[in-house]
Amino acid sequence: MSNVQKQKRASKNLPFFFKDEFKVSFTIILVSTILLFSTFTFDIVPPILNRGIQPATFPKGLLLLIISLTLVVYYLSIKNPWKIEKKLPKTFFLTLLSFIFFIIVSKTLDFFLAISLLSVFVSYSWGERRLFYLILVSIIFPIIVFIFFETILGLRFPPGIITNIYYQV
Amino acid sequence: MENLSLMFAPLMSSKLMIVLVFGTLFGLILGVLPGLGPTTGGALILPFTMTLDPLSAIVLLTAIYCSATYGGAITAVLINTPGTPAAAATCLDGYPLAQKGEAGRALGMATVSSTIGGIFSVVVLVFFAPLLAQLAYEFGQPEYFALAIFGLTMLASIGEGSPIKNLIAGAFGILISTIGKDFMTSIERFTYGINELSEGIGFIPVVVGLFAISEMLTQSTLLDKVFKRVALKAVKLPSLLDYKKTWKTILRSSGIGSFIGVLPAEGGTVASLIGYSEAKRWSKNPEEFGKGSVEGIAGAEAANNAATGGAMVPTLALGIPGSATTAVILTGLIIHGVRPGPDLFREQPEFLYGIFGSMLIANILFFIFGFFGAKIFARITLVPNKLLWPMIFAVSVCGTYSLSQSMLDVWIMLFFGVIGFFMRRYGFSVVPVIIGLILGELVEGTLRQSLVIFEGNWLLFLTRPIVVTFFILSFIALIFPLLRKKKI
Repeated sequence: MSNVQKQKRASKNLPFFFKDEFKVSFTIILVSTILLFSTFTFDIVPPILNRGIQPATFPKGLLLLIISLTLVVYYLSIKNPWKIEKKLPKTFFLTLLSFIFFIIVSKTLDFFLAISLLSVFVSYSWGERRLFYLILVSIIFPIIVFIFFETILGLRFPPGIITNIYYQV
Repeated sequence: MENLSLMFAPLMSSKLMIVLVFGTLFGLILGVLPGLGPTTGGALILPFTMTLDPLSAIVLLTAIYCSATYGGAITAVLINTPGTPAAAATCLDGYPLAQKGEAGRALGMATVSSTIGGIFSVVVLVFFAPLLAQLAYEFGQPEYFALAIFGLTMLASIGEGSPIKNLIAGAFGILISTIGKDFMTSIERFTYGINELSEGIGFIPVVVGLFAISEMLTQSTLLDKVFKRVALKAVKLPSLLDYKKTWKTILRSSGIGSFIGVLPAEGGTVASLIGYSEAKRWSKNPEEFGKGSVEGIAGAEAANNAATGGAMVPTLALGIPGSATTAVILTGLIIHGVRPGPDLFREQPEFLYGIFGSMLIANILFFIFGFFGAKIFARITLVPNKLLWPMIFAVSVCGTYSLSQSMLDVWIMLFFGVIGFFMRRYGFSVVPVIIGLILGELVEGTLRQSLVIFEGNWLLFLTRPIVVTFFILSFIALIFPLLRKKKI
């Protein structure tokens, strides 16, 4: 028996609410339903100005299509379960966490500081321990990128504790 | 004939030649690195193209497209990991042949067949794109609506993975395109009071998120994967016997690849799989496939490179992208103020034939670089992911920010990175999202304008023969996977 078949058989034995196919379908339908409800809050064009269909009609149709197709996917997965995916490793969650830190630091302190911190954090958590390479990805490379975008593309980066020093604000 | 002479204009311009050489080298690097590829690379370099004139910008993007598609074969042969999804079929015979100590022969065959496939597809592009554009003169709003629907159903049908999941992803892409002010009434949709969303969601943050950031998350789950790299002494040109064995396969796969490329889908990947299986079906020695057959390498590589020119046909003639990478090229055209379609062929032939010529030259350039430099490019695979991906993140963030200097674009990029990771994990391809996003405005716009023309009567769609033809083809595209019992 192949690994995929084994994984599919294991998936059949799980209660339905633990199965990936249920969790994925449920999430899509839930989000789509919320969005569908929000389309009812869109402004309506008065009949005299209305040409063709209302602005909300097209997104409504799309959301109903997504919900219907997701139900079909779920129905088909009952007969033919998806293979169980491997558990996500710690490094995945650390990378995801670094994105959140990136957002917080770039909003509160500095855009470039956020890039540097994310780079060193990701590189370290993925197993890099050599100091030179950590400096390369977290300081040297972002500086090269900064100078390149600043001088060649004439880009002005958002203000922050480091960029303000550079821009002499 | 006069137009064909315009194809060689890039050879006369030192600037275009520099752009071509840079694009080809950069594309090779992107192709060699697993996880990157022409789509992500094109999206990352798009902000830089703003410093170039429109022709140079598109030449750069098309050179990247051609050479990155070939570059995937180097990694496929040497480390048994496709550098790009289109090179997946190349692993099947490329790596076993390399393990037998014939890595140079495997790469030589991949290089020659990729070049022939690529050049064949440029010929197809030169002859068929103007014909298709001519046909498009007959198209009104209803016909464009039906064409876009046909494109999306084809994408669902012949794309990778489950057709229903592809349709969901395509509808999701169209839904993203509805965010912002409605173009007909200026009524805001899904903006939730965020002013920056009034203009809609940009293409680049979504592409970079779905491809680069989601790939970074994917790589974070694969850190324990160890690649076994086969040593390469030098790339060898195929022997006369190899040519005798493979010329029919190369020509057949070039035809298959060009045809599949024209259809809206992730052409290269599907083309290489079909090219490979057809090579096996027609081979006198099918038992050699999977054990290091040069026919297998030729079949897959000629097909995936032939799909590049094919995918450019609908992109330039109709403004409908033939693949995710051509969607990036289409965006490049639009942000440089060039509107693809029939008028482009009439008004700017020098621009179009410049693109055709540069694709032809890019195919020759990657042959030269691949032949002499594969050993060097192979060394790029030694750059560890723990250094590479933080650097790609820095470029992704700055590139995304640079287009409209908005931090919201960066958040959107990260959001779609996470969405893209989970989509791929659960078997939803991200390519239909991209195509849906780029076709969304066309689908909704043409539908609503058609309804205005038809005074709200939907049945009048059925009075137009071209529309009916596209609807029938869409229906066939939808039921085709069910008929061949493809996995849902």
